[in-house]
Amino acid sequence: MNVLSTCAASACQQAVCRALCSVVTKGNIVGVPVGTHPYHKFEIMKWNGWGYSDSRFLFNKKGQAEFTGKRYRLSGMIIPGLKDWFEGTFGANLQHKTPPTPLLTNTAVPPATLNEAFVEEVKSTGIPFSHDAEDRVFRAHGHCLHEIFALREGKIGRVPDMVVWPSCHNDVVKIVQLACKHNVCLMPYGGGTSVSSALECPPEETRSIVSLDTSQMNRILWIDEKNLTAHVEAGIVGQDLERLLNESGYCTGHEPDSMEFSSLGGWVATRASGMKKNIYGNIEDLVVHIKMVTPQGVIEKSCQGPRMSTGPDIHHFIMGSEGTLGVVTEVTMKIRPMPEYQKYGSVVFPNFEQGVACLREVAKQRCAPASIRLMDNEQFKFGHALKPQVSSIFTSFLDGLKKFYITKFKGFDPNHLCVATLLFEGNREKVLQHEKQVYDIAAKFGGLAAGEDNGQRGYMLTFVIAYLRDLGMDYYVIGESFETSVPWDRVLDICRNVKARIIRECKDKGVQFPPLSTCRVTQTYDAGACVYFYFAFNYRGLSDPVHVYEQVEHAAREEILANGGSLSHHHGVGKLRKEWMRDTISNVGMGMLKSVKDYVDPNNIFGNRNLL
Amino acid sequence: KQFTSHKDPMLKKRDDFEDILEERRTSSDLRYALRCYTPVLYKGVTPCKTSVLKSMVLQSDQLHYVINQVSKESGRAADDVREEASAILEEMAHSLQLSTVRFFAFMLSKVFKTLFRSICVNEEGIQRLQQAIQEHPVVLLPSHRSYMDFLLMSYILYTYDVALPVIAAGMDFMGMKFVGEMLRMSGAFFIRRSFGGDKLYWSVFSEYVKTMLKNGYAPVEFFLEGTRSRTSKSLTPKLGLLNIVMDPFLKGEVFDVNVVPVSISYERILEESLYARELLGVPKPKESTSGLFKARKVLSEDYGSIHVYFGQPVSVRSLAEGRVNRCQFNLVPRHIPRRPSEEIQSFVNDSAYRLVRAQEENMVLKPWVLLASLLLQNHHQNRAAGQKPGMALDELTTQAVWLRDVSRQYGAFLHWPDHTSPSEVVSSGLSLHRALVRVCEGRVQLAVEQGVYLFEFLAVVVLSCASYRNQMLHVFVRPALLASAIHIASSNQKQEVFNSFSFLRNMFSSEFILCPGATVQDFEEACYLLVKTGVLQVTQQEVLVTERGHRTLAFLTSMLDPFLQGYQVVCRFLCEEDTETLTEKQFIPAVRKFIVNHLLAGRLRYAEVLSSDLQKNALAALQRLGAVRKIKGYVGFHHPCVPGWLD
Repeated sequence: MNVLSTCAASACQQAVCRALCSVVTKGNIVGVPVGTHPYHKFEIMKWNGWGYSDSRFLFNKKGQAEFTGKRYRLSGMIIPGLKDWFEGTFGANLQHKTPPTPLLTNTAVPPATLNEAFVEEVKSTGIPFSHDAEDRVFRAHGHCLHEIFALREGKIGRVPDMVVWPSCHNDVVKIVQLACKHNVCLMPYGGGTSVSSALECPPEETRSIVSLDTSQMNRILWIDEKNLTAHVEAGIVGQDLERLLNESGYCTGHEPDSMEFSSLGGWVATRASGMKKNIYGNIEDLVVHIKMVTPQGVIEKSCQGPRMSTGPDIHHFIMGSEGTLGVVTEVTMKIRPMPEYQKYGSVVFPNFEQGVACLREVAKQRCAPASIRLMDNEQFKFGHALKPQVSSIFTSFLDGLKKFYITKFKGFDPNHLCVATLLFEGNREKVLQHEKQVYDIAAKFGGLAAGEDNGQRGYMLTFVIAYLRDLGMDYYVIGESFETSVPWDRVLDICRNVKARIIRECKDKGVQFPPLSTCRVTQTYDAGACVYFYFAFNYRGLSDPVHVYEQVEHAAREEILANGGSLSHHHGVGKLRKEWMRDTISNVGMGMLKSVKDYVDPNNIFGNRNLL
Repeated sequence: KQFTSHKDPMLKKRDDFEDILEERRTSSDLRYALRCYTPVLYKGVTPCKTSVLKSMVLQSDQLHYVINQVSKESGRAADDVREEASAILEEMAHSLQLSTVRFFAFMLSKVFKTLFRSICVNEEGIQRLQQAIQEHPVVLLPSHRSYMDFLLMSYILYTYDVALPVIAAGMDFMGMKFVGEMLRMSGAFFIRRSFGGDKLYWSVFSEYVKTMLKNGYAPVEFFLEGTRSRTSKSLTPKLGLLNIVMDPFLKGEVFDVNVVPVSISYERILEESLYARELLGVPKPKESTSGLFKARKVLSEDYGSIHVYFGQPVSVRSLAEGRVNRCQFNLVPRHIPRRPSEEIQSFVNDSAYRLVRAQEENMVLKPWVLLASLLLQNHHQNRAAGQKPGMALDELTTQAVWLRDVSRQYGAFLHWPDHTSPSEVVSSGLSLHRALVRVCEGRVQLAVEQGVYLFEFLAVVVLSCASYRNQMLHVFVRPALLASAIHIASSNQKQEVFNSFSFLRNMFSSEFILCPGATVQDFEEACYLLVKTGVLQVTQQEVLVTERGHRTLAFLTSMLDPFLQGYQVVCRFLCEEDTETLTEKQFIPAVRKFIVNHLLAGRLRYAEVLSSDLQKNALAALQRLGAVRKIKGYVGFHHPCVPGWLD
């Protein structure tokens, strides 16, 4: 699940990996091998916020923002511009704090409804399981704003009654059989980075809910260097998959913003998209073979032919099924040799319109680099505010000079200019050639090359954004991101209208401060683009901020749909966007999907009620 | 929504007026015309040169598509078609020039000061407009009662330093060579009156308007009623331009469009007798420059004051909310012209009616409007009863005071100077309109020579008075329909009354502004008003007239009576005359002759039935109701479905 953006930039990758290798699991369930992935995730990760417990933004005693921990490039650094940007953008004040409930109190967690017969039989298989409150609460949510907000307030709704940790395909087969036998509701759980309410337990579910955590199915089973494929267990997390493949000189190149935490199975189940899809493709292009366990049995293809004409592709029933049909256990994926050279870049445009025109031209010429993203003016300023303290007077002098050149000499209006960030990958010679081609196109649209640094920082924004949200929530600021895909001729209109709608709705709903409403064109395609919105506001003075937030997000989605945008490009539907499914895929389309569900899972064992 | 009609019209809040001529009378017109003019545009865009605008239009995707289509269909070279498009644009486009605007500002200051006592504008409305222009593209929709309207609008906006609009004008102005070009340079663009099937023309025209609107280069102004109303009643709105200006919002090309209804009320209309003659069948003089100079004699007369009310800006987005599914534009490229869907057509139509009603609501009524209604009613009653002509002055004053109170209760925007005594108010109203009424031996009567029966002259005076009365029709039309419904219903059963109401409303839907499909709301509104003013008691089952309600009811029914009689006489004409071979062109002269005969024979009291407007509306109604059928330009009689109450 390519979600609230985490480590996307490869540069921070090494830091992430180094940090991860030192993590030792404290899992102490008997009879289970010790891996890199603990059973009790809350021991290294926040239970009520994003990411690792040791990594967070805070304002220190001097009022300066810093990022704690040692995991990221930004870790341990002072970010001098953040405070002013934060206070200026949101009208927030460091004196006005809204700290979270510090500890999870077990009394707040509803007692587990256990299906004793099921529990007994699971016990006899030797598959580890738990019904501790912490384990259950941790798997009861994704990272939607309302989910995290409730956790910070210490409010816990319906949570799974039990967590099981299968360690291989056969374990899953056994669990699914037992669940069918005892009529237990199963909810697959991968990395937990969903932003579609997909992990929320349906409150109307009366059966025992079992969270099937795939985190222990994390091995690469084989690598086929002749065909450049790897067969991998679906519980593997993005960063581990890349690290392990890198050890053999390969990569998948699939880098969703959430890749630190999201899992392969989750990507398949939600039709994930990676930042570098221009080179490597999205998940549907990367997958060669899928094995999924359903209540009717195991579904898979008989061969690994690269393309087949054998009726509708059954992979497309699996991809995007969001855990409603079964559990993806093993996936054969394309792999590529690791790129020999990577280079960031950035281009400044006088305005967003010119920037979009440039991206469109790049897409038309089919010469998009591994990643090309265009941030609007607000997001450019946001990124700028995240600049860490510069070490030398010389760099700050250079920065000043650059700024002078762009705004004074070139006449760009600082309140209109916007920036495209680029990432090139491949062999050195080709990268440099490619770079020139892209910069030449950009120049035709008034774009000026603005250096590697700006580019790299742009990508950093996407992996720290979720940590930043936690900081905001300490000071009355709540926010979220959402995305869509849209034809090229609609890109400018949808960006303008959705941002304006957000501002309008906030005003109408009584939000006292102007919101942050910003977007970027984050992926390009032949026939359109993926647009990503950030939206946040200061909720001081509102009695029910989450409700206001949800109303605004709902209105923004309506606006997206009215402007020809899709319901989702890669976040998925979950339960959050279910209401628009029928309009999106037509009555017959709904009927088709329903009939598949009815055949595969007639008793609704996979009862998370996503999608349909 | 800010826009639905208020439940209690008495509570309607309206802005105060400011006289803009006052300053003109005390300071230099020249300095005023040369002053610094720096209006703020939409999101701070800079104004766009005419040539740039034209090339934007010619290079647009939409026009490109249509040019290719026309070229393919007609076999003409694309360049040839493009040439034609360019020529159309050349003929159409405005070329706003500040120097011309300044010239007009100077000239009009002089003219306005001679013609009018004051030009009153609600400044708060101007401020709202100013705000709206900065936020969203703006469309100005003034009411249309006089040629003066659009010059007046631009004059006011110039005075307040608001962005000058570009104005859709009929091609007939182009006939006046010099003046046409002057108007073009003051912001008018010219469209042909009819271009039904001409795809290319429509495409150039709509793209031109949309380009100006979308980019916020200037507010777009046009007249929703399509033409000047000769009767002072609002006309059924025309939808073409409204469709065009709503399109950019519906297709998501702009976040919103603000539509600002503007109500321009003239105390005395310059074209007063001209209109009456026109309605009586004296053809409209062709617009010509020399004609304009001949009209100089109007300069020596007093036309009272003008009130211009800039209404609340209406957001097209909020109008469309929950009514239009904008996803319907998702599956076809937006630049390919398509017929609006039924959903959109009905949305635009409803919006148009609501906007016309918004114009009506803020029309300022002068005391004279009340006097004209009373005098007309009296004139007809006396003629019927053969009494001494006219009305005693103090009787008129008493009745006017009564009507003043009633109309205020019904929500009329009445400008009755409360600090002046009623008799002074009445006599000042009468003196301004001495061409229509005279006071003789303490009695007020229509200005017709006594004893001398000059039929045509009488008709002109009656129609002129009727046009003033018509100014207040919108206030009373719903209650009046109910009053007449009660009158003709066979019982006072509520359902019965409702049925009659519904029939009348349907019948008169081309005559008055009655929003389509709002029968129930209109009925409820009428009941509410008449109950509130103590005229009726409405129970679950029955509609009862109270003791003191009879006077109001009588007034209301006689207000509608000329129209009822008029429609009746048109029916009779169709029944009695040989209509087998009646062409549309012959209809008006024939029915007019028939009516004249009825009037002369005393079978009909209302000379205002001679109005061709009423006759056309009656025919349209009969056609709509299925009583009359049009067969290739012939008017054919369908079946004699004239309801009993008409006889």
